[in-house]
Amino acid sequence: MSSNTASSSAGSGDSSAARKNSKRPKCIDYSSALLSLTLLDSKFTQQELPACKPILTPGWVISTFLIVSVIFIPLGVISLFASQDVVEIVDRYDNDCIPAPARTNKVAFIQGAAPKSCNRTLTVTKRMKQPIYVYYQLENFYQNHRRYVKSRSDSQLRSPKFENQISACKPEDDAGGKPIVPCGLIAWSLFNGTYTLSRNNTPLAVNKKGIAWKSDKEHKFGNKVFPKNFQKGNLTGGATLNPDIPLSEQEDLIVWMRTAALPTFRKLYGKIETDLENGDTIQVTLQNNYNTYSFSGNKKLVLSTTSWLGGKNDFLGIAYLTVGGICFFLALAFTIMYLVKPRRLGDPSYLSWNRNPGGGR
Amino acid sequence: MAGERRHKGMRLSKLYSFKCLKPFSKEDHSQIGSRGYSRVVFCNDPDNPEALQLNYRGNYVSTTKYTAANFIPKSLFEQFRRVANIYFLVVAFVSFSPLAPYTAPSVLAPLLFVIGATMVKEGVEDLRRRRQDIEANNRRVLVLSKNGEFSKTKWKNLRVGDLVKVHKDEYFPADLLLLSSSYEDGVCYVETMNLDGETNLKLKHALEITSVEESSIKNFRGGVIKCEDPNEHLYSFVGTLHYQGQQYPLSPQQMLLRDSKLRNTDFIVGVVVFTGHDTKVMQNATDPPSKRSKIERKMDKIVYILFSILIVIAFTGSVFFGIITRRDVTDDGKKMRRWYLRPDRTTVFYEPRRAVLASFFHFLTALMLYGYLIPISLYVSIEVVKVLQSIFINQDQEMYHEETDRPARARTSNLNEELGQVDTILSDKTGTLTCNSMEFVKCSISGTAYGRGMTEVELALRKQKGMSMRPQDDEIKANPTKSVKGFNFWDERVVDGQWINQPNAELIQKFFRVLAICHTAIPDVDGESGEISYEAESPDEAAFVIASRELGFEFFARSQTHISLHEIDHVSGEKVDRVYELLHVLEFSSSRKRMSVIVRNPENRLLLLSKGADSVMFERLAKHGRQFERETKEHIKRYAEAGLRTLVIAYREVDEEEYRIWEEEFLNAKTLVTEDRDALIDAAADKIEKDLILLGSTAVEDKLQKGVPDCIEKLSQAGVKIWVLTGDKTETAINIGYACSLLREGMEKILITLDSPDIETLEKQGDKDAVAKASFQSIKKQLREGMSQTAAAATTDDSANEKPEMFGLVIDGKSLTFALDKKLEKEFLELASRCGSVICCRSSPKQKALVTRLVKTGTGRTTLAIGDGANDVGMLQEADIGVGISGAEGMQAVMASDFAIAQFRFLERLLLVHGHWCYRRIAMMICYFFYKNLTFGFTLFWYEAYASFSGKPAYNDWYMSCYNVFFTSLPVIALGVFDQDVSARLCLKYPLLYQEGVQNILFSWERILGWMLNGIISSMIIFFLTINTLASQAFRKDGQVVDYSVLGVTMYSCVVWTVNCQMAISINYFTWIQHCFIWGSIGVWYLFLVIYGSLPPTFSTTAYQVFVETSAPSPICWLTLVLVTFSALLPYFTYRAFQIKFRPMYHDIIVEQRRTERFESGTRTASAVSGELPVQVEFTLHHLKANLSRRDSWN
Repeated sequence: MSSNTASSSAGSGDSSAARKNSKRPKCIDYSSALLSLTLLDSKFTQQELPACKPILTPGWVISTFLIVSVIFIPLGVISLFASQDVVEIVDRYDNDCIPAPARTNKVAFIQGAAPKSCNRTLTVTKRMKQPIYVYYQLENFYQNHRRYVKSRSDSQLRSPKFENQISACKPEDDAGGKPIVPCGLIAWSLFNGTYTLSRNNTPLAVNKKGIAWKSDKEHKFGNKVFPKNFQKGNLTGGATLNPDIPLSEQEDLIVWMRTAALPTFRKLYGKIETDLENGDTIQVTLQNNYNTYSFSGNKKLVLSTTSWLGGKNDFLGIAYLTVGGICFFLALAFTIMYLVKPRRLGDPSYLSWNRNPGGGR
Repeated sequence: MAGERRHKGMRLSKLYSFKCLKPFSKEDHSQIGSRGYSRVVFCNDPDNPEALQLNYRGNYVSTTKYTAANFIPKSLFEQFRRVANIYFLVVAFVSFSPLAPYTAPSVLAPLLFVIGATMVKEGVEDLRRRRQDIEANNRRVLVLSKNGEFSKTKWKNLRVGDLVKVHKDEYFPADLLLLSSSYEDGVCYVETMNLDGETNLKLKHALEITSVEESSIKNFRGGVIKCEDPNEHLYSFVGTLHYQGQQYPLSPQQMLLRDSKLRNTDFIVGVVVFTGHDTKVMQNATDPPSKRSKIERKMDKIVYILFSILIVIAFTGSVFFGIITRRDVTDDGKKMRRWYLRPDRTTVFYEPRRAVLASFFHFLTALMLYGYLIPISLYVSIEVVKVLQSIFINQDQEMYHEETDRPARARTSNLNEELGQVDTILSDKTGTLTCNSMEFVKCSISGTAYGRGMTEVELALRKQKGMSMRPQDDEIKANPTKSVKGFNFWDERVVDGQWINQPNAELIQKFFRVLAICHTAIPDVDGESGEISYEAESPDEAAFVIASRELGFEFFARSQTHISLHEIDHVSGEKVDRVYELLHVLEFSSSRKRMSVIVRNPENRLLLLSKGADSVMFERLAKHGRQFERETKEHIKRYAEAGLRTLVIAYREVDEEEYRIWEEEFLNAKTLVTEDRDALIDAAADKIEKDLILLGSTAVEDKLQKGVPDCIEKLSQAGVKIWVLTGDKTETAINIGYACSLLREGMEKILITLDSPDIETLEKQGDKDAVAKASFQSIKKQLREGMSQTAAAATTDDSANEKPEMFGLVIDGKSLTFALDKKLEKEFLELASRCGSVICCRSSPKQKALVTRLVKTGTGRTTLAIGDGANDVGMLQEADIGVGISGAEGMQAVMASDFAIAQFRFLERLLLVHGHWCYRRIAMMICYFFYKNLTFGFTLFWYEAYASFSGKPAYNDWYMSCYNVFFTSLPVIALGVFDQDVSARLCLKYPLLYQEGVQNILFSWERILGWMLNGIISSMIIFFLTINTLASQAFRKDGQVVDYSVLGVTMYSCVVWTVNCQMAISINYFTWIQHCFIWGSIGVWYLFLVIYGSLPPTFSTTAYQVFVETSAPSPICWLTLVLVTFSALLPYFTYRAFQIKFRPMYHDIIVEQRRTERFESGTRTASAVSGELPVQVEFTLHHLKANLSRRDSWN
C-alpha cells in the first residue's frame, strides 16, 4: 500500500505522536475522572466498558422457564376464555344450494341462467349480543396470487384524474377501448352473493355500512370516482356496481379489494345490530351467485360475535398453554437434573477437550 | 554556509578496501543505448530542448488507488468482483421486468446503500493515502536554479536532470546520482532503513571527476548520463556519464535512492536521474500478498450452500407452480378453474397451456424472492467490523510501547480472526526474541575471565533449574557505575582504572587498545557536553568502542589517517592522548569472519590488530601466541552457553620490511579491475593476518526482550507450538531456547545435526555426491530415531500422566536442507509436530520461508511468522499471518507484515486476547447472519406454499429491503465489534481458552449447520403460529378480519423481534451499546412502520396506516407477537441450557467460575474478586495443561 515509505513513515510518526498525546494515564484518578468523558473514552477504546455478562446458571435457566410458564399459562387460559365467549354460527352452503339434479355439473349450473336463490335456516344455540358480524367465507380462493394481487390501480381508485392508469390491470383494463373503473382482476371478481336474513319471519336488518377500514374509505377510494364500464367486458366476473355511487361508498368493493393473506378467508358482509336469543331460528335467503365450483372452493356464511380478542379461535389459547406447559416441564426437568446430577458451578474438571462437542477433529 | 565546510584531509575512500570500488562488468555497459538502457539525463540542464523532448515524468508521486475521475467506475468494478454482489446487481436489473416479485426501487435501494457504504470506506482510505502523498510531494528540497543559486522547491516540481542539494538527515527526494559531498573525496553515508530495513550506514562514493567544491559543482554542465530504464532492482544500476568528451562508468555506488536518508555527511549534491514513479523504491512498491482468513474462505462455502438451498427451494416452488398453473384450465382447454385469474387471457408468466415455460420464469422470480437467504450486507458488515476491530488493536494501551512510542498496528484488517486460530508460531530470534542491542558483558583476557554480571540467559537458566537467588545480586545492585547503553560490564578488578594493578595489566591494555582501534566507527562529539557517541556499522562494534571508552581507552577522533585515543597509561596511571596512524583497514565480511587494521603506534611500531570469530582466528595464531588458548577456548565455550556472542581478539607486530612487501601486493590487488579482484584482495589480506598473538575474547550479550519467557510460556500453555528459526550457532540457539522457556528442564531434547565425524571425513575428501548421500541417510536415521523416541514416550506416558514428557527438536541449517527435501519433509514435519518446540539453527532467510511453507501446507493449520528484519520478509509473506516487530531494524519487515507490534511480548495479548475475541466475534457474527437470513427467507417460502407458489412475498417490498440494512444489521455489527466471552484478563489467565479458535470450534460445520437449522425452525414457528392464530376469524373487537397487510406486518414484527432477541440471548457481553442497538433496531422497525405508513397510499400501498389503524389496536396481534417470539427462542435457549449443563464450553466454565467466586467472596474486599483461583482449581488446571500437552504429542 505505501510504497512511498518515507512519507508513510513520516505520516505514521505523526499519527502515533498524536495518539500518544491522546493517551490517558494508566492509573486513573477515579474520583475526578468519573464525571469526565475521558474515562468512558478510554474504557471504550480499551474494551472495558461496564457490561452485564449474562450466563445460564441453573438458577437462571429454571427461573426463566418458570417465569415464562407462569406468564403463558394464565395468558392461555384468558385467551381460551375469550375465544369460548364468542358465539359463532357457520353454515356451509355451496353444496346444499345447488339443486340436487344439478349437482353433477355444478359449474354449468352456476354459469347457467337458472335462479340461484336458496333458503337456509340457522339456529342460535347461545345468546348472541349485538353487534353480530355477518361474514362470507371462501376457501381455496387465492386472493394472494401474485397475478391477482397486482391487478389493480391504486391511483385510479383514488382520483378521477388517473382514470387511465390501467396498465397493471390487464386483462380487465378496458372495455371496448374505454378504461374500466375500477379496473383489474380483483374488482372484476367481486363477490356477488347476497344474504337476506329474517328472524321468526321478521326481517333482520343487516347494516352494510361501516364494514370497511376508515383509511381505505377516506384515502384509498376516492369519493369522486364512480364506476365506469364495469363488468362490460366480454366476460362478466362477479358483482356489478351502481355507477352512481362513488367508490368510497361502495363498501363491499372496498372490503373485497383488501386482499386476503391466505386462501381461506372471511370478509365482512355486514353487521346485525340486535341481540339474538338462544333458540332463535334465522332464515337466510341467499343468492348463490358466486362461482367457487370451478376451483372446488367452499362457501360459508358466518355469523359471529366478538370478544376483546376478536373472533372464535382457540389456537392462541392452546398455543399459549402448550408453550407454557413445555416451559414448566423443562423447568421441572432441569430442576431434577440439577438435583440428581449436580455439577459444581465452573467445575474445572469439565475443562477437557474430550468432552467438548466440537472438540473432535 | 558555515556548517558545510568540506572535511579537509579526509579520504575515507582509501580506508575501505572491499566495498567501494567494485569493478564494473563491461558487458552491462555495452548495452547502454539499447533497449532497456535508453534513459538519457542532461545534468543541470533540464530545459535543454532535447531533454524536454524526452518528457520523463515528474517527481509527483501518487500512491492512491483511485483518482477523482476514475473513483466511481473503478471502485464499482472492485465491488462487483464479489459473486454475491453480482447476484444482487442482476437481481436489481431483472427487478425492472415483470418477473420481479417486488418493485425495482426496493431492490436497488439496499444494494445502493451497501455499495455506497463500501465506496465511502474505500474513498476515506484513499483520501488518507492522498494526504500522505500531498505531504510527501510538498516537501522542500534545494535545487540549483538558473541563476546559479540553490533555492527551495517542492519535491513534486523536481525534474530529471535537476541538481539538488540534500543536507544531513534529510531524505533524498528522487533517485540521485551522487556528484559531490561535504567530504573532499565525495563520499557520503546513507541509511537505507526504509528500503531494506538495514540500519547500518552504507557508504556511497561519487566519481572523482565530479567530486569538486560546491562552488564549482554549480557550474557542472554539459554532463549527460545514459543509463538503464527504471526498474525495481535496488542494488543494481548501469549507466555512463559523458562529460567533457570522456565516458565514466556509473555503478550503484553513485546512486542515492529515494526514501533513504543522508547520514553523517553535512550535505551532498546530486543530479536527479529517476523521478516519481520511476524511482527504484516506487518501482518496488507492490502490494503485500493479499491474504484471506480461513473463516472467510469457509464463509464462501457457506454462501454456496445458501445458493444451493436457494436453488432447491426455488425449484421446488416452480414445480408446484407449474402443476397448479397447468390445472387452471381444464384438460379440454375450454373451462377455467381459477377463473378469477383469467387464465384464458394471461401473460406468458402464468400461461397454463405453456406451464413449463411459466414455471421456468417462475423459477427466476423465485430466485429473486428467496434472495433474502443470501445476506446482502454480510460482506460490508464484516468489513466494517474488521476495520473497527483493527482500531481496537491499534488503540490497545497494553500493546503500546512507551519507549519507542509505537502502538500495535493492524496493517490489514483481513486477518483479525485468523489471529485467534494460530497453531504454530515461527519466530525469528535476533531482534524478535532479543533486543538486538548489544551489551558488552564479559571478556577473557590472557586466560582470565572478567565480568561479574549475569546474563539474562544465565538468570533464566538458574530460574529454570530452581536455584535460589543469585549470589552476586547484592553486588550488582551496589554497582556504582552509571548505566551506559551497550555496556553492562562490571568487575572490580578492571573498572575505574583498577586494571593497572592487575598482574596482566599490559595485556589488558593491549586488549582494549585493539577494541578501541580496530573498528570502522566514527566518533560524534557533542559540542556542549563533550560526550562522545559513536556511529558504527554494527551494534557489536559500537559495544566494543563503548566498552573501551568506559574502561579508559576513549576513542575520540578519527581522521583520514589517524585514530586518536585518550588512554590511561598502565605504568603511570595518567591520562594521555595517543594518536595511531591508520594504514589499512581489512574489513569484516561474512566470508572472512574477521576484521583487522594495520596501524603505526606512537612508538613507530607497526601493529596488526585483529578481531574475529573463533573458528577463523585460532588457526591464525602464531605458535608463541597460543599461550592462553586452552583457557580462552574454555571461556568462549562458557560464554556461548550463556547465550553470548564471542569474538577473539589478537594482534601481531609487523616488521617494516614485511609490511612494505605486503602493501605493494595489496595495493596491486586493490587497483585491479578484474573479476577476481576480491579473491586477490582476500588472499593478500590473508597473508598478513597470520601468526597472531592471542589476547583474549569478548562476550557481548544480545539481550532478551522484556517478558519474552513469560509470553512464550503463556503461548505454549495455550497449545500454540513455537518454532524458532535463527541464524545463530546451535549452542547459542539452545541456550536462548532455555532462556526464553522454549526448552524446559525435563524436556527431552532431540538434536539433529550433521556434525558427525564420518560426514566430516567425507567432506574432507571433497566428494560432494557422497556427502549429500551420507547426509541424507544420516538425517533420515536421526528423524526415525526421534520418531520412535516420541512414540515410546507417548505410550508410556499414558499410565503416568503426572509428568508428561515434552520434546524439543533442535536442527541445524545443514540438516534442515536435507530435512526439507521432498522425501523427508513429511517425516520431519511429523516429528516436529510431536515436539512442543522446534529450533532451527543457522537457517537462511530462504530456509525460513521454506519451513514456513512446509508447516503451513503440511499441517493445514494456521501459521504465524514473526520477525523484525529484512531477512524475515519471505517468512512473513509466506505465513498465514506475518507479524513484524517495529523495533530498531527498520521498516522492511513491518512493510511486509500484516500486523506490527513493538515487542515480542505483545504477541501474547495480540493472540490470546484480540485474536481470541476477533475469532469469536467474526465466527458468531457470520453464524448469526445466516441464521437471521434463513429465518426471514424461509417465512417467505412457507408463505408461498399458501399462495400457490405464485411468487407473492408475504411482506411489503420495503419491509423486506430494509430488513438487512436497518432492522437487523447494527446489532450484528455490535456483536462483531464488542462481544467478548471473557475479559482480557481472563483470556490471559486461561490461555487454554485459545484452543477454541485453534480447533475452530465456533465455526465448525456442526455449529454453522446448527445455526442454520435454528433459523429454519424459527421461521417455521413464526409462520405457522402466526397464520393459525390470525387465521380467518375477526382479529379485533370490531369484527374486522386479517388481510394481507396485517398478516405481513404481524409476521414481520415477529421476525424482527425474534432475530433481535436471539441476538440478545446469544451474546455474552451487554454494554449500553448492545442495548442501544438491539432494542433500537426493534424501535426503528416500528418507527419505520409509522412513518412509512403515513406516506400517501400510492407509495406505501399495503403498508398504509396499517400499524396505527389496524394492527396496533388489536390485542391479538400483540399476544401473537409475545407467543411467537418466546416460542421461536425456546429451542435455542433449551439447547444452550442443556449444553451448559452437559457439554459446557471453556468460556462457559470460566465465566461460571468467576461468578461463583464473586459470590463466595462477595463480602470480602474488592481485590479478592480479582484474586487468584482456589488452590485446588489451580491444581486441576495444571493437570489439564499436562493433558493438553500430552494430547499434542500424540498428534
